Amino acid sequence: MLRSSTLLRIAAPVLVVTTLGAACSSSKSSTPATTPASSAAPTRTSAPVSGTLNGSGSTFQQAYDQVAIQNFDQAHSGVTINYQGKGSGGGQTDLSNQVVDFAGSDVAETAAQLPANKGGAILYFPTILGPITVSYNVSSVKGLKLSAPTIAKIFSRKITNWNDPAIAADGNAGLPSLPITVVHRSDASGTTANFTAYLKAADPTDWTLGSSKTVNWAADTEAGNGNTGVANDIKAKSGAIGYVDFSDAKATGLSWAMVKNAAGDFVNAGLAGASAAAADATVTANLTYNPINASGAQDYPITSPTYIITYAKYADAGKVALLQAFLKYILGPQGQGAAQGVDFAGLPPTLDQKALTQVDQITVG
Amino acid sequence: MATVTAPPPPAPAGASRPPGLGSRRPARADQAFRLLSLASGLLVLVVLALIAIASTGRALPAFRHEGLSFIFSRDWNPGADKFGALAFIYGTMVTSVIAIVLGVPVSIGIALVLTELAPRRIRTPIVYVLDLLAAVPSVVFGLWGLAVLAPKLDHRYGQVNDVVRHIPVLNTLFGGGEHNGTSIFTAGLILALMIIPIVTSLTREVFATVPIAQKEAALALGATRWEMIRGSVLPFGRSGVVGAVMLGLGRAMGETIAVALLIGSNAQITGHLFRSGDSMAAVIANQFNESTGLFQAALVGLGVLLFGITIVVNLAARAVLNRSERRLGGAL
Repeated sequence: MLRSSTLLRIAAPVLVVTTLGAACSSSKSSTPATTPASSAAPTRTSAPVSGTLNGSGSTFQQAYDQVAIQNFDQAHSGVTINYQGKGSGGGQTDLSNQVVDFAGSDVAETAAQLPANKGGAILYFPTILGPITVSYNVSSVKGLKLSAPTIAKIFSRKITNWNDPAIAADGNAGLPSLPITVVHRSDASGTTANFTAYLKAADPTDWTLGSSKTVNWAADTEAGNGNTGVANDIKAKSGAIGYVDFSDAKATGLSWAMVKNAAGDFVNAGLAGASAAAADATVTANLTYNPINASGAQDYPITSPTYIITYAKYADAGKVALLQAFLKYILGPQGQGAAQGVDFAGLPPTLDQKALTQVDQITVG
Repeated sequence: MATVTAPPPPAPAGASRPPGLGSRRPARADQAFRLLSLASGLLVLVVLALIAIASTGRALPAFRHEGLSFIFSRDWNPGADKFGALAFIYGTMVTSVIAIVLGVPVSIGIALVLTELAPRRIRTPIVYVLDLLAAVPSVVFGLWGLAVLAPKLDHRYGQVNDVVRHIPVLNTLFGGGEHNGTSIFTAGLILALMIIPIVTSLTREVFATVPIAQKEAALALGATRWEMIRGSVLPFGRSGVVGAVMLGLGRAMGETIAVALLIGSNAQITGHLFRSGDSMAAVIANQFNESTGLFQAALVGLGVLLFGITIVVNLAARAVLNRSERRLGGAL
């Protein structure tokens, strides 16, 4: 009688309630979801869509999603889109149990997960991307330059003082004698996964902790909760260094290092470098791609992709129309343009075009 | 039992019975009440059993994958499908023990002040403040610890480090050079604060039940107030205090968010209390949202383990209580 999915069945209504609760605070102007399509926004030029979409997942893309949803809501009356930031894994689980209509995720699902998707085949839509900074707090050093081996040694505690010759060898002068404090994430995170994936790809000899959402950090490191937690820890402690996504590093007012890429050039963490890295990445048939440690001279090597994952088929035609309209907005010039306002990079044009073409593969069925 | 709860024998018509109550009503109400309370009692067991069964079922893949090394390995590396929880079990135990060691003496002290020493004028505000302390949400304790306490403690930890450097045992516990504001000790300290209200209020109630005659007898024999407390209040309240401590221990072991914020999140086993560690509940809170598949099963497995350990602790508490009660029964 009690199968392993009992917990989920109990949890599912709770999650729905949570999502709706989150919706109440964000959708201030939305009318009830039952508004018939014919009466919706007669004066608008865009296709009349209505209804409710629920999504959950990656917190990395949440800041952008909120802006995109707000703009989309303003252009389409009678539309409610909710997005609950709870982590890529949580979003994937919700999608596989059909608790939500789409998931936000920084990582592709593993082959083992795919059969668990109750709604059948899934589609990946790359939306935006963001650089992950190596932020530091050494007031006397501006424009720090770091190569992959140096970063790997710092984060595995083989280098413990800022005046280490290896840091100077990357082209830095005037380094103080100051102990290094390494700050990492206390929660499991896609940012950790992408940062460690970079170290693993760029310097497998010095980086031995592997790549995962949480790794076995050295004993004498510190941890902060979320990107903001890490950013605040770095800001609070002189000599600290950690990895923080670009928008949080900028918002907290941190300094970050220029990182040496695979082509041998030092590139500042920024939106141009991130887009360049995505343009040089190999895109697979399902539109997932890996911009980490990309080969071009302009590429910022620690760049995180992020996706919206949907099912290929939905039973509700209205939902399909709404989802298509929303994705076309995000991938269109307006949605991609809005990314910069929240410090994310837009997709390179070729990838953007591929994703736009794929939108029509979402069908009723 | 039936004789106790049986309805009173039918009384001669109505004089003492309030108007409007039929003669058969109380019996039926009694029965309904008995059924209702029985159902509530059973509900607790059913819910507990359902939680145990469902979560064990969800955790089974991880248990199968890891076997005994789920408990005896300290290698927690989801990227490589390695799930050894020993470091988290250690963290849970050590933070709880620190909480007990720091919190219980203070709690007993407060309880003694409230029952034996303080005049009513002082007693009321202290009780009031304690109740307020109990009502503070744990996330507030956690944030306060993170924002205010941890940065200050980091500095102090460094000073203690220097002082104990050459003292053998103390150097292991409080030395070792490295120290973090967010550490095993900080988590234990906050836990101590969090268990003080519950341990105090239970202890206070136990002390309040000490027969006055016993206390007066001690005083009459010429005992000082401290001798009276040691000779009659503490022995009388011992079993109750043990029970209160065990409840506090249960709370400390299960506390999640404050510990997650303050323990430093590092899967390591270290004797150095000023370094960071991790606890079972904190790991679940920190990692569940990003988990899928086997990783998630392992986290649910941690929950099952915590559940099991709590039950063992409670059973042990009961055994201790029974023993001390029997001993006391002989002495009294």
